Amino acid sequence: MLPFIVRRLFISFFVLLSATFIVYVLVASAGDPRAALQESTDPGKANKIAILTRNLSLDVPVIPRYLAWLKGALGCLIGQCDLGNTATGADVGSQLTTAMGSTLRLVLFATVTAIVLGVTVGMITALRQYSGLDYSVTFLAFLFFSLPVFWIAVLMKQFLAIKFNEWLKSPSISLAITVVVAVLVGLAAMAILGGDRRRKLLAFAGGAAAVAVILTYLNLTDWFSEPGIGVVAMIVMSAITAVACTALFADFRVRTVLYATLVTALVGVISYFALDPILADPTLLLILGLLVVALVVGASIGAGMGGLFRSQAIKACMLTAFGCSALVFSSHLLNAVPAYSAKVNGVVIATIGSSTPNFTGNFWETTLDQLGHLILPTIAIVLISLAAYTRYTRASMLEVMNADYIRTARAKGLTERTVVVRHGFRNALIPITTLMAIDFGSVIGGAIITETVFGWSGMGKLFNDALKIPDPNAVMGFFLVTGTAIVIFNMIADIAYGFLDPRIRLS
Amino acid sequence: MSTEEKVPTDKAVDPQAPAPGSAPGSATAAQGLAIVARTQGQLVRRRFFRHRAAMISLTILFLVIILAYTSIGFAGIPGWWIWNYYTPGKVVNRGAPTLSLWPTFLGGSGFSIGEHPFGQDDLGRDYFALTMRGAQISIMIAFVVGIVSTLIGVTIGALAGYYRGWVESGLMRFTDVMITIPILVIAAVLGQKFGGAGPLVLAIVVGLVLWTGLARLVRGEFLSLREKEFVEAARALGAKPNRIIFKHILPNTVGVITVSATLAIASAILLETALSYLGFGVRAPDTSLGLLVSTYQNAFATRPWLFWWPGLFIITIALSVNFIGDGLRDAYDPRQNRVRA
Repeated sequence: MLPFIVRRLFISFFVLLSATFIVYVLVASAGDPRAALQESTDPGKANKIAILTRNLSLDVPVIPRYLAWLKGALGCLIGQCDLGNTATGADVGSQLTTAMGSTLRLVLFATVTAIVLGVTVGMITALRQYSGLDYSVTFLAFLFFSLPVFWIAVLMKQFLAIKFNEWLKSPSISLAITVVVAVLVGLAAMAILGGDRRRKLLAFAGGAAAVAVILTYLNLTDWFSEPGIGVVAMIVMSAITAVACTALFADFRVRTVLYATLVTALVGVISYFALDPILADPTLLLILGLLVVALVVGASIGAGMGGLFRSQAIKACMLTAFGCSALVFSSHLLNAVPAYSAKVNGVVIATIGSSTPNFTGNFWETTLDQLGHLILPTIAIVLISLAAYTRYTRASMLEVMNADYIRTARAKGLTERTVVVRHGFRNALIPITTLMAIDFGSVIGGAIITETVFGWSGMGKLFNDALKIPDPNAVMGFFLVTGTAIVIFNMIADIAYGFLDPRIRLS
Repeated sequence: MSTEEKVPTDKAVDPQAPAPGSAPGSATAAQGLAIVARTQGQLVRRRFFRHRAAMISLTILFLVIILAYTSIGFAGIPGWWIWNYYTPGKVVNRGAPTLSLWPTFLGGSGFSIGEHPFGQDDLGRDYFALTMRGAQISIMIAFVVGIVSTLIGVTIGALAGYYRGWVESGLMRFTDVMITIPILVIAAVLGQKFGGAGPLVLAIVVGLVLWTGLARLVRGEFLSLREKEFVEAARALGAKPNRIIFKHILPNTVGVITVSATLAIASAILLETALSYLGFGVRAPDTSLGLLVSTYQNAFATRPWLFWWPGLFIITIALSVNFIGDGLRDAYDPRQNRVRA
């Protein structure tokens, strides 16, 4: 393995080196940054041209200029980065750091969401092949594939942000909408659960009724103007989390695991009340610390109560603890919505930028502010990459479920859950891992179009603005980060593939 | 594929079954098993024609192409539409669309096209003509990109896969270098340089960067096919590399190439619209669907039709090309069709 990695690293370095040369020469020859100034009638234009020439060393021919840039860039390997100046004379390195932080905040959450959602949906559609659900999801996936981001973004700004904010001023759900949503959820529940007609009808009725009751209740109690998670809802949702986590990792026949997760959920509910004063205005560090404590507590409950199924219980309890922490977190977040809404004049979902300028508030309010700005670009990115994950997972899952060892597993008399999760899903994930790694690599470069549409000042905007000038130094700073990320993640994909699938030999 | 074989019919109830002894193969016909031999191509074609989504998409795509190219004419040939896309006119009723599809018995004003079915832009130009011009350019770019990138991808992949050795390592390292540069980045850089030179140049330039995926696929196919017995047999008979590549190996990779070319066309449409949106693609006075969306995105609140029409055409074209690609993949590679329970 080690010689393979070293060889790959060596080759990747030279690949990246040649790529930087190509990009530099192309950008440098894409146009003259001074052209706009030379046409202007500004009296101080000679001076401005001189400054621009000095900042970008335009008096040096392209190849020596590239070599000078390369010398500075190679300094990064020994800790002395010099990526040159932008057209305005600022240091590229510091601009890059700010832009990267902003971009990572945007894309990491979106990509993880897309992966989790896409893999889940893909797996369900593969298991329900040629059902109404499969056809609808396939159609939607193709639709999302074919959507131009900038087009859907404008629609989202109008309907998800502006209209939603207006609605939030006096929120109420009409009867017609309640019925429509209930029927839709019922249909989805029916399609996902499948089975014979009786089971389908039950699923439809159950799903529709639950949604109708919840929506009516929320509407009557005016939940949307004063949102929050009440005591009863907290207990019920924690219990559901516990049951779901048990179902994911173990069988219901194994009572010990179920009891362990339920105890974890109970501890979660108790700590919700106990921690109330501390969480009034916490710091990010405190939140993260509490999350770690919750995970440790979950793991120890699982270890203590798991008995024979110790390892499954530990995993299930940790996931339950995480879920309960998320519930507590969202509860406090929701409670802060009215105060936040008043501070920003009802613009809860923002359409532009990454935070409200000059906004001050406690931890929950600033978190809400950032989330409100994140939500639209996140949905845009998720929609686009969701389609790919759904299709790939479906294809890979179908191929695996056709394999002979699945038939063997069924013939052994294993339960369908074990066959699907243990034998099917795990093997279907192998090719998806590659896709994930490559996707992460390319996403670091920022979503150029999404950032432009939503006025997000990250890597994409840096690139876009720099290319308009065109400013080779700034573009190269962008490319250095993107290219390195792609090369490294491609390598990780190769190694992970060989590691997960022993049939592939790395040599 | 069980659905492909003809269902065994009983001769007694099937009047179309051949009379006993009348044709070769009558022994099987006598047993009621009419077996029709089909070539690989026929099988693929049948599977494709049965793919409903692909057939609907193919029809829609043809209609859109015909509409776009005949309505306002192309390359100097006049079309049947009365307006053109460049002459400003008088703005009627804020340029609102006159298209009406709502039938009278439902309280609408009946089906009528009116003066400007898609409305007018702020200069009073007919928006139907503008959208059609945008669609023409976008479709042309997509197909040119598809053709150029497929030609390059197949050539590089075939050479690398067949000749191995230093040819392969050289070409594949070059492919690696190109893959390291994100497509949107290199396309934007090239678009900034060549975008002013017209849509055709832009299309060729974008085609020059979109071939990497196909090159890798084709190389993989060639690597496995060149070790097959039939290639060895051809080589033993003294066939030259040219003949082996074009006669023996390439026809076996047609499936991969077709599917990949279709998907390249779909992604080229989106890439072109994205480039034009960012300002690195097609430039005014010419127009494309992406440029139209970009120009009028701020008019959404006041004159939404300027924004809806080009977007709907982008989605229609990209969606139908994607579905055709899916149908082709299912036709060439029916492996994931039905799970054996």
